[in-house]
Amino acid sequence: MLIKKDSQIASSEITPKWLYLNRRKFLTGALGVTAGALAGRSLREIAWPSQKVLAGTKLNVTTKSPFSTSEEVTPYNAVTHYNNFYEFGTGKEDPAKNATNFRTSPWSVKVSGLVDKPRTFTLEELLHLAPLEERIYRHRCVEAWSIVVPWVGYSFNALLKEVSPQSKAKFVAFESYYSPGQMPMGNYAGISFPYIEGLRLDEAMHPLALLCFGMYGETLPNQDGAPVRMVLPWKYGFKSIKSLVKIKLVEKKPDTTWNLSSSSEYGFYSNVNPHVDHPRWTQAKERRLGEFFRRPTLMFNGYDQVASLYAGMDLKKNY
Amino acid sequence: MRKVLRSKWIKLPVFALCLIPLGQIAWRALHNDLTANPIEFITHHTGSWTLIFVVATLAVTPARRLLHLPELIRFRRMLGLFAFFYGLLHFSTWLGLDKFFDWQEMLHDVSKRPFITAGFTGFMLMIPLALTSTAGWIRRLGGKRWLALHRLVYVTAIAGVVHYYWLVKSDVRKPLFYGALVALLLSLRVGSWLVARREKAVDKGVEPKLTTAESA
Repeated sequence: MLIKKDSQIASSEITPKWLYLNRRKFLTGALGVTAGALAGRSLREIAWPSQKVLAGTKLNVTTKSPFSTSEEVTPYNAVTHYNNFYEFGTGKEDPAKNATNFRTSPWSVKVSGLVDKPRTFTLEELLHLAPLEERIYRHRCVEAWSIVVPWVGYSFNALLKEVSPQSKAKFVAFESYYSPGQMPMGNYAGISFPYIEGLRLDEAMHPLALLCFGMYGETLPNQDGAPVRMVLPWKYGFKSIKSLVKIKLVEKKPDTTWNLSSSSEYGFYSNVNPHVDHPRWTQAKERRLGEFFRRPTLMFNGYDQVASLYAGMDLKKNY
Repeated sequence: MRKVLRSKWIKLPVFALCLIPLGQIAWRALHNDLTANPIEFITHHTGSWTLIFVVATLAVTPARRLLHLPELIRFRRMLGLFAFFYGLLHFSTWLGLDKFFDWQEMLHDVSKRPFITAGFTGFMLMIPLALTSTAGWIRRLGGKRWLALHRLVYVTAIAGVVHYYWLVKSDVRKPLFYGALVALLLSLRVGSWLVARREKAVDKGVEPKLTTAESA
């Protein structure tokens, strides 16, 4: 008896990879020749089209950041073709396949709640709120793999200052964009959408918390949370909400998606912590993509400067 | 069809088909296409195929009856041994590539992580079945005892599904799909066992008593 594997066989598995890559090269090549003929691009560029699949627009990065790590950056192709974005499917390679036609323009982010100056920002306005920096951060997934990514953005607190939080505001609630039409795979994810996340206000104010518009010097690819997302390097990856549309300052601790789905496995804080295991696997080690051996996981993912935020707290209870 | 199934040479192409999942890994490795996390890819790929071969092995007996193709029995041992083969690859990938033969960490995981306990149990139970899969062992154990021992595959199948179900974060479609197949194949057995009991009782001219097992 032959049993079919299942319906989600990637087209890349069926078509031999060389053929599929050649087709892509041919297509980009063909486009390149046309564009090149018009814009007078160099022959070399036409002969060797970029390997990057969803390459975005170059961003004007003015500053390097002292927060950047000097560790080796994970290849672009790994970061863009191995990640979680459950709205586009639960397989690691699904987002790259399924987010291709995601519409990220026009885009706006609504900031409301306990603020003196509530406002809806267009993406263009957000991009010019503060100078864009490159920040090379370690990024640790709760599934025990990690990457090093050169993100582009600025500290989230620049946006908060713009809206003047009131003294009653204690937490920040975030919400992702969700449209079943554009994200049909979301129906099978097993978690509810829109994706929601939250931070304590002092966590959100920490300069490490990044409002992110790009990576590798370009705008974010769709599958990595375009056009604007959060990056919180001392927390597990799922805390860094993607494709952000709503921010609300609130008094009470907001609900968060994974905590609602399984509160014993995913806490509100979800700081990277090698001493508190996920109930189903160890968090003491991680596999950096591209490395063979697992490496030890560091407390707060190595970002000790956030430790003071949690002084006096039992991090085994507040996981 | 039956002629083909009975032919001497049919086992060879079936054997070759069963090697395709391994070939896929080799092919993708050669083309640098094992995803950004090759060890995870190999672990998941061999794990899925272990489960598929366990299900295929379990499907042989019901398929023989329902399709009236008793010849299918010729492939059961091969399918079962391939289940063990992919299970062994899956287990060694985990132990060798993931844990790098850190036995202490392995034992720690087996005792502390329920999904690993389930998978480990399922795999361990396949070892005696693989060892006693030869005609010699059937003779030595006697048909009845051999059959009883090999019913352990039911436990392996259930443990495999539970292992998968406990592993995934939220999208349980695939584990549930395999779970449904295993449930179907096991309930077909319960069904034919009940029918056989009834027939036996009728043969003896006695009405079958409704036992608790039957009413359950």
